This record gives sequence, structure tokens and C-alpha cells, in this order.
Amino acid sequence: MEIELRHIHKTFGPVHANNDITLNVPSGIIQGLLGENGAGKSTLMKILSGYFHPDSGEIRINGSPIVMHSPADALRFGIGMLHQDPMDFPPMRVLDNFMVGYPQGLHPPRKEARAALKKISDQFGFSLDPDAYVDTLTIGERQQLEIARLLWLGAQVLIFDEPTTGISAQQKDSLFAALRRLAKEGKTVIFVTHKLEEVEILCDRVAVLRAGKLVGTATPPYDLDGLVRMMFGKAVSKGKRTPIEFGKPVLQLKNLAVEDSRLRIEGVNLEVREGEVIGLAGMEGSGQRQLLRAAAGLVRPVEGEIWVDGHNLTGKTYHDFLRRGVAYVPASRLEEGLVPTLSLMEHVILANEQRGLVIDRQAALEDTRKRIQTFNIRGRPLLPVESLSGGNQQRALLALLRPGLRLLLMEHPTRGLDIESAIWVWSTLKQRCREERTAIFFMSSDLEEILHYSDRILVFFSGQVSEPIPAESATTEQLGQLIGGRGFKTGKEASS
Amino acid sequence: MNERNANLLFATIAILVALVFTSFVLVLAGASPVAAYWYILKGSLGSWTKVADVLVAWVPLLLVTTGLLITFAAGLWNIGIEGQIVLGGIFTTWVLRLLQHSAMAPGLILFLAIAAGALGGALWAVLAGVLKVYGGVNEIFGGLGLDFVAVALTLWLIFGPWKRPGIGSMSGTEPFPESLWLPTLGHTRLSLWALLLGIVSIALVYFLLSGTYFGLKLKAVGKNPRAAYLLGIPATRYLMSAFLLSGLFAGLAGAVQVTAVYHRLIPAISSGYGWLGLMVSMLINFQPAWAAPVTLFFAILNIGSIQLPIVLQLDSSLSGVLQGALVLSFLLMAGVRQKWVARLRAEEGEA
Ligand SMILES: Nc1ncnc2c1ncn2[C@@H]1O[C@H](COP(=O)(O)OP(=O)(O)OP(=O)(O)O)[C@@H](O)[C@H]1O
Ligand SMILES: [Mg+2]
Repeated sequence: MEIELRHIHKTFGPVHANNDITLNVPSGIIQGLLGENGAGKSTLMKILSGYFHPDSGEIRINGSPIVMHSPADALRFGIGMLHQDPMDFPPMRVLDNFMVGYPQGLHPPRKEARAALKKISDQFGFSLDPDAYVDTLTIGERQQLEIARLLWLGAQVLIFDEPTTGISAQQKDSLFAALRRLAKEGKTVIFVTHKLEEVEILCDRVAVLRAGKLVGTATPPYDLDGLVRMMFGKAVSKGKRTPIEFGKPVLQLKNLAVEDSRLRIEGVNLEVREGEVIGLAGMEGSGQRQLLRAAAGLVRPVEGEIWVDGHNLTGKTYHDFLRRGVAYVPASRLEEGLVPTLSLMEHVILANEQRGLVIDRQAALEDTRKRIQTFNIRGRPLLPVESLSGGNQQRALLALLRPGLRLLLMEHPTRGLDIESAIWVWSTLKQRCREERTAIFFMSSDLEEILHYSDRILVFFSGQVSEPIPAESATTEQLGQLIGGRGFKTGKEASS
Repeated sequence: MNERNANLLFATIAILVALVFTSFVLVLAGASPVAAYWYILKGSLGSWTKVADVLVAWVPLLLVTTGLLITFAAGLWNIGIEGQIVLGGIFTTWVLRLLQHSAMAPGLILFLAIAAGALGGALWAVLAGVLKVYGGVNEIFGGLGLDFVAVALTLWLIFGPWKRPGIGSMSGTEPFPESLWLPTLGHTRLSLWALLLGIVSIALVYFLLSGTYFGLKLKAVGKNPRAAYLLGIPATRYLMSAFLLSGLFAGLAGAVQVTAVYHRLIPAISSGYGWLGLMVSMLINFQPAWAAPVTLFFAILNIGSIQLPIVLQLDSSLSGVLQGALVLSFLLMAGVRQKWVARLRAEEGEA
């Protein structure tokens, strides 16, 4: 199906989120859509998939104009979208979720659905258990489920809004394989991202948005520097590593074991010092998250001890850790990080130290304005947080962190941020390390990020933890091998 | 059409729908709707005594709704509110019985009795909270169970230990001496003290929810307990405080029923204000600013329909029909409005 967007405009109050965008997407290709945070990518895709109605402009399918009023309408025209922040129904089983939106009567054909799910799964190499509960799935598996669902409902055009944030390299490979397959079968695939290397390996062509406007298109071979200039209006570079003096130990893990229904990690011994950054690498679901949560007091270890600044906090709650200057930044922004319906300002009030009983709104408003400026958040103080773009929600989350933290624990700190913002965020984090002597312990699915910003790296492989690897001497290839379990040596073996 | 006008329009439609529905019921019952509405108006606002009666009914309903706003802010369905009113009544009666023959000044006795009522309601609510937080019992089920226990307790007291000299009866315990009634205004049944209590309560809670850290944290816990926890808010403590405060206001309502309205403990001491308060809360979409006017309107309906059996041979539960129809049609219109707004946002973008 050939899609044509013609002169699309969309404003949100004073924000011109889409400004006269005209774009053709033929079928059978993977069309990339690049742009910095808040450029208007999600807005454009939501217009194409029936969530928003454009202020003006036209959408054509195979040459004839169409009008859509809802995502269900869009799906009737064969257009389906995977959202940036997955919208699913967590307490359901996979099969029930698969059947959501199926338009037939009161007795949905469960048998047929089960067969269809299996067929699509086989075809694309997905591993979905129809009877598992959706909330036990990883983000990657949720995506697979959503792809399968849209295909079953007859989608011909599939839109992926930043599908690779928060999934592992492995899952990314299988996702890309699935996308290529979709394109080969004649479907139209639109792929939204900030990451140039993904555009390079996946997309047949790419369009770049900046501040609501379409600023250019390109085809392979791509001029990556040129694309960066299009995205940001200037060249951007990562900057060199500057060594930081480490101080005394902040976090000590002693023979720690953590367990959940899926796996057990044990024998973790580690000392994180002031100013040091430790990166946790591994396929999603290999135990990084459990360790990170245990180090914050969110999960109780089954064995071993956790010390923060010389205090034994084993078995204490997260709030005790918080009082010792520990903070945790979760990956699922709207589920765990922010409170939907509350405004950015109300979040700032909650994150600040409480002064007295009555809220000083004027002061809070000023404080919020300041943070919006410092963190370059595109949003207004009184709007509910869920109206921010994905990247801006992430900035908001980081803007809420108190100064003077001892230990910062982060799941995917730059999830959903464009390159420039990611660099900027890390520069502020490193500044904390340097000036406030904060130690950072983070997990990421982006190996480049781990290599570039960590001082030492722990690699996880199905519940096993490697000994700390100095980042300076490590390479992407070496880490990739370890993540896959090759040449794996655990900290326990190494020390015994 | 902008959203504010639309809200007004939808509210008007909801009221019309409720009126049409109730009129239909009236016609079925063989009465003239116009006459019925006229008598409701006359029966509630027709004279100063009637207006005073409306205010008498308004205070406990307002207190109950005030309490419910707190639990709703924390995302809790405090169905146990009925039982909390009842316990307020019981505790107040208990203190009055203990002290009625003592030499203490009547004003002090009344004060202690009302404070005890607040305490009783709070205790009963905390019990529902403990069941939820530590026992994993959903507050709706726990509350419902506690409602039944509270009613059973009242009946046992009225027919057992606190029965009237001679034989216990459904008309309740022996009335207290007039010196232990909350003083009323002129010849009416209205107590200015109770009125003041109601108004101060709703004003306090309005401020609590909109202007204080406590209110904001409560909302955060209600909207997203996990994020609230990561933000350092002790969720358990806030949930328990919400129950406690909510029960406190319900207990005050029970105390007012005993000291200002019935002057004794009766089996139906709550007058169903708990359920009515829940309805009002839903009707006003849990917004404190609307609590006072809407509860007042409901009180008008209640008092106004007392006349109906006499003048029109209608059951006085008609006010219940109208109130229920109102809530349902408002909820219905809220649903329609939501769809409409979603579409409007999709088309125009939200400012
Ligand atoms: N519902 C909304 N209400 C108000 N403003 C909105 C809404 N949705 C988006 N915006 C604004 O429109 C602009 C574009 O947002 P959009 O979500 O399209 O960005 P994006 O390119 O997807 O960014 P990101 O990479 O951060 O996800 C932003 O400034 C955003 O704040
Ligand atoms: Mg986006």
C-alpha cells in the first residue's frame, strides 16, 4: 500500500508539532523517520494511525484520500502502530491480549486465534507462550505480541515508534529480521528512531524532522554526519573521556544473591567508589535489573549484604536507602517513574524536600520553570506529564533527581533520548560524579553507551555475573561475545 | 464549541435526562410530575422552618462527602463509610450515657461526646484500612462487611444493654435530656454549631487536598502507588491516614445525628447518608469545590419529598429515584463527554 502524507499541520497550543509535512512512502520498503526529541515524529505517526486528526492536510492511500477518526478506523484501512510507550493490558494472558480489537461478536474464536498466533510466531521466529501473563513479558516480547496482533488484524502498514529503546541487542536483531521480512512480503514499514546506526543497517530510505518540519530525505549510502546536521542543525560529537579520581567506597555488595521466579544470581562481590560509573551489560532479563533493584532496597536479597557508605542496609526498605542518598531511576516512565495526571510542577514539588505543610506554588512554579530550562524540556509546568514527548518524559525524570546524591541507580538512563540529549545527559551525570562524588550504577541495552561512559562493566549471562571488566580495555566485540555466553568467567570462579 | 461550554451543556443534558426519567416514573405512579416537583420545592424552601430542616439534613451529608473526598483522592473506595457513621453515633451515645448524670457542664459533655464520635468513625475506618493494607482484603469487601457488623452492633445495643426501661424498641434508646441537645436556632431544629462544623470541615479538606503536601502526596499514591513509592512517599502511611481522616468525618456525621437530630441512638442512625455521599462524590467527579452545593441540592430533594406521601399519596423514596437518576445520567454524560473530548483533542489538539 502506498501512503501519501500531504501538507500535514498539527499544533498543540503554541507548539507547531507538525508543520507542512509532505511525505510519500511506497510499499515494500522500510522507511526511516529520524529527528531529535520533540521533533514531531510521534505526532506525525499518530496522525497516520488515527490517534490524532491533522489541523489541515491530507492522507492518501494508493492515491485516494482517506479520513480516519480513530485507531480502529486506521486499522480498517490497514494501518497499525506500535507505540513508543507500549500500550497493553498487563493483567491479561498473551492470547487474550492478542485478541483485543478483534471485531467479531461475543464469542471470539479462541482456537483460531491460538492457531494464528502460533503461525505468525513461527513465521517470524517469535517465542510467545499464549498462556503466559503479559506483565511477565519483556518489552521485546510485548513488541512481538503487538506485531502479531496487528498482522492478524490485517495491518498492511506497520508503524514502529522507537521500538529499540529498552530491548537487548539480541531482541533487536530478531526485530530487525522481522521488519525486513515484513517489507519483503510487500508491507509498508515505518521505523521511527534517533539512532543513525539503526537507520544505516535497516532503512531503505529516511526522512528527517526538525522542530516540526521535514528538513530532508536520504537514501543509502548514508552520509551520517550529514544526517546529524539535518537532525540538530549542527554537528554533534561525543566528546572524550575525562578521567575522574575515585574516592572511598560508596556501595559494597558482599556475596550477594538475588532471586526471582525466573532466575537466581549469586556470589556478587563488588565495590563501587565515589565518582565511579559501573555499567551492567547483558541481554534483557539476564539479571541486571534484579541486581540493580536489590542495590536500591527494592528487592530483598536472599543472601549476602549490601553496604552504603559504611552502613549495612541489608534487608532495609528503599526509603532507608533514599535517606542515605540513594536514588533509583526506572525504565518504565509512566508506570513507575511519573504519576500520570499530575503536572510537571507537582512532580517537582514531590521530588523536593518538603518545607512546612502548605505548598508554596509560586516558588514551585519558578523552580519548575528553571528546571524546564536547564533540562531543555519541551513542555509547560502545569501540563500533565503524560502530554510530554517520550524523550521529554525522560528528561523530566532526570530533572527530578536531587543534588548531592551518593549513589544513582539507573535503568536505561538515556532511553528514548536523541544523540545530542544523551550526550548532554551524560555530561550532567559525569558532572555529578566529578563534583558531587556521586557513584553511578546503570544498565543499558546500548553497548556503545556502556563502553563509553562506564569505568567498569559487569556482564550478565542468564543469571551469571562476570567479574568487573575495565571499560578502557574492552571492545564492543568482546562484550558482544560475553553477552552471548562465550568466554564467560564469573566473579565467583575468578576469585576462587 | 469550547470545552467549558461543552461541560455546561453536558451537565444540563444530564439534569434533563434525570428529570425526564423521574417524570416518567411519576406518570407511571399516576401522579402529575409538575405537581410533584412543585411540592418538593415548597416542602424544602417554602418557609424558614423548611429551609432550616434542609440545612439540618445537609450537615451530616456534607460531612460524609467531605470524608469520602479524602479516600477517593487516595484512590480508595471507602464503602465502609456507612459503618463509620454508625460507629460515630454509637461512640457519641456511649459517652453521653456515661456522663449524662454527672456534674460536668453540658457543653463539655457534648464536646467530649462529639469527639468520641469522630474517634469511633476513625477507628472503624482504620480497621478497614488494616484489613486492606496488612490483610490484603479489598477495601470494598472489607468495608461492606464492617457496615453489616456496625448495624448489627447498633441493634444489639438498642435491644440489649442500652434498651429503654421496660422493653427495647425500634424507636431507639431513651432520648437524652434536652440539656444535652446541641442548642438550636430559635424554634427551628437547626444547630448553628453543627452547621459551622460542616462548613469548616469541607473548607479544611478543600484546602488540604488542593494546597498541602499531604493532599498532593495522597493524590500521587492514589494515581500511581509505584511511582509514589519511588518518589519516597510512604504509601502505607498515606493510605492509612486517608482512611483515618475519612472515618473521622463520618464519625462526626454520626455524632451530629445523635446530638443534633435524633437525640438518641436509633437503628437507622446513618440515614443512608453514606451511600448518598458515595453517589454525590461520583456525581461531582470527586472535586471538592462541588461538594457543598451538590450535597445541599440532595438535602433539598430529601426534605422536599417528605411531603409527597401526604399530598400526593406518593412514596417519599421519590427523592431517591431522582437522585439515583441524576447520578446515572451524569455518569452516562461523563462517558459521552469523554468520547467527545477525545475526538475534539484528536481534531484540534489540546491547548
Ligand atoms: N497531547 C499533547 N499535548 C500537548 N503537547 C503535545 C502533545 N503531544 C505532543 N506534544 C508536543 O508536540 C511536540 C512533538 O512531540 P512528539 O511526541 O511528536 O515528539 P517526538 O519527535 O516523538 O519526540 P521523542 O523523540 O522525544 O519521542 C512536543 O513539543 C510535545 O511536547
Ligand atoms: Mg516520540
